[in-house]
Amino acid sequence: MAMIEIKDVSKWYGSFQVLTDCTTSVEKGEVIVVCGPSGSGKSTLIKTVNALEPVQKGDIFVDGVKVNDPKTNLPKLRARVGMVFQHFELFPHLTVRQNLSLAQTLVLGRAQREADERGLRYLDRVGLASHKDKFPGQLSGGQQQRVAIARALSMDPICMLFDEPTSALDPEMINEVLEVMQQLATEGMTMMVVTHEMGFANRVANRVIFMDAGHIVEDAPKAEFFGKPRSERAQQFLAKILHH
Amino acid sequence: MNYHWNWKIFWDLTPEGSGTYLHTLLVGLMWTLATALAAWVIALALGAVIGVLRTAPRKWAERFCNGYVELFRNIPLLVQMFLWFFVLPELLPKHLGDAIKQMPPPWASYVPAVLCLGFFTSARVAEQVRAGIQALPRGQRMAGTALGLTLPQTYRYVILPMTFRIILPPLTSEFLNIIKNSSVALTIGVIELTAAARAMQEFSFQVFEAFTGATVLYILTNIVVIYGMRWVERRLAIPGFIGPAIRTGGH
Amino acid sequence: MFGQFDFGVITRNLPYLIKVGMMFTLELTALVIVLGIVFGTLLAMMRLSSIRVLSAFATAYINLMRSVPLVLVIFWFYFLVPYIGAWIIRSPTPVRVGAFLSSVITYSMFEAAYYAEIMRAGIQSIPRGQVWAGYALGLNYWQSMARIVLPQAFRNMVPILLTQTIVMFQDTSLVYVLSITDFLGAASKIAERDGRYVELYIFAAVVYFVICVIISVLVRRLQRRIAVIR
Repeated sequence: MAMIEIKDVSKWYGSFQVLTDCTTSVEKGEVIVVCGPSGSGKSTLIKTVNALEPVQKGDIFVDGVKVNDPKTNLPKLRARVGMVFQHFELFPHLTVRQNLSLAQTLVLGRAQREADERGLRYLDRVGLASHKDKFPGQLSGGQQQRVAIARALSMDPICMLFDEPTSALDPEMINEVLEVMQQLATEGMTMMVVTHEMGFANRVANRVIFMDAGHIVEDAPKAEFFGKPRSERAQQFLAKILHH
Repeated sequence: MNYHWNWKIFWDLTPEGSGTYLHTLLVGLMWTLATALAAWVIALALGAVIGVLRTAPRKWAERFCNGYVELFRNIPLLVQMFLWFFVLPELLPKHLGDAIKQMPPPWASYVPAVLCLGFFTSARVAEQVRAGIQALPRGQRMAGTALGLTLPQTYRYVILPMTFRIILPPLTSEFLNIIKNSSVALTIGVIELTAAARAMQEFSFQVFEAFTGATVLYILTNIVVIYGMRWVERRLAIPGFIGPAIRTGGH
Repeated sequence: MFGQFDFGVITRNLPYLIKVGMMFTLELTALVIVLGIVFGTLLAMMRLSSIRVLSAFATAYINLMRSVPLVLVIFWFYFLVPYIGAWIIRSPTPVRVGAFLSSVITYSMFEAAYYAEIMRAGIQSIPRGQVWAGYALGLNYWQSMARIVLPQAFRNMVPILLTQTIVMFQDTSLVYVLSITDFLGAASKIAERDGRYVELYIFAAVVYFVICVIISVLVRRLQRRIAVIR
């Protein structure tokens, strides 16, 4: 059984269709990269996986649980799916330590001490242990994104969603975030990553999905995608992004 | 609960014999509007002057105007009403004070009420005018100066026409406020809408009908003012210029 | 010019003005700040809710309260509260409610509409991603409201909430229309008894002015300190 399963998913904003019959899956331990031009629906697609964006048609399963079922306990499901956002979305009124422990205590019911301990362990893993008492606004973008990854990991997720994790970062900070993600991948974490970082895709991904205008145009193993994409749109996109 | 509703009460005659209760309320509304409109004229004129002076490059003017705004903003309207009505005539030279006190009935309350609301609201209008002027790009003033306009000319022909268009929406809500605030004038004897509803309640004992009538009239007045001001806004709209934010849009 | 006036009337009646009058005003203000902001926040959440009935009710309530004068609302509640009380305790006759309780209810219900609009702007100023991040971590609606959205909204809005509170503090003087002895009521009772309008109303104006100016200065200081680092 696949970890994430997306079947014939369509979504409309009013009369505008943002996703059309998208079907794909992510196996346990697999890393897939989703790319495509802006407005292609890739960010919307990844947000449907933990139901931040509702869908009007199709089915989505995470670990066998149907996401778009009104009976599903969404908070419980979301607590098991880690998510990292383009704009970090650390809570600016809480310290780094509080950011890490908030959901652990509220959602998982962990004791404050246990939550702090676990949070700090992951903070140490992303190399920021000394910043635990700072506020997010006192950290650089790259540091904030690493804290956001630690925050997601503290919840012991069964898989991780990354929504353009590096596109709001200054160029010199991109690598520190990609390194943490690469480390995570080698440890066997199941990951779905929306990104333009084709170098990262080439190093880490098992499969690459290319989206355009709400359609999944290409869904291929990494070597095949970078070797010779079948669709013309993907070829053009690759040519543009690799030469820039 | 045993409240007896009687919605026909509006068509009953009042014991004073001056007409129906509905008529009482409508006369009240007339006084509300008469008070608010007269005060609005004062508020706009004074507010514009004070607001402009606050942005003028003269330290003394700025200080005086800041003090003016603080004074009227930090004393409750009701206390200001009492100051105009009870206190001012005592502080003026005796013959003037007596003349004010001896004005015939509605005017002895109406005039202080209008002055009070006018000055009170002028401080708030001044705030809006200042904010509106400061929201204009600085380049506008420089452009005026560069063309050889004097400072008063720059204000008259460049800055103020733009400012008033920008602050039209907040001015609308200030006008709605002055209508609502005119109800405070009942404390010094102006029989405006709320006071008229009180009078109706005291004579007819139909409390909730009386207050419902006043409430409905206030809401209708609000609606008329809002739609009226939207019409004015459309009439005065300048294509391509809605507010200061639009300026960055290149051509 | 002030020769004919006797400002000693103020010092002679100071205990009454402060202990009876000002205490009423301050207690009323304090309670209404808390209740008004609590009800106002709930109204704002209702207004922003995706449940139609809730948002329609909140919108209607807020618009109604904001389009009628406070004086009229004071009269409304003065007569309405006894009936509501009778309805709650199933009494056949209207219940007598004390001046203080009646004022607290009136001002809380009225100010809630104004606080609601401030809190609505505050809630809307929080980027959508913050709510997403809360949900993505498994928080439910109430948890993400209470722990993520409202604390930030509240901080962003503190200066405006305090400015509104200064307005509300001044507006409490309108309980005068019910002959309640708040600070202004106390002043006006002495003014009428002793025929000393000038002295007492000038004194009242000065006291209100000083208190409001002090609070606004504090607000400005606070504004600089409290801003959330982003």
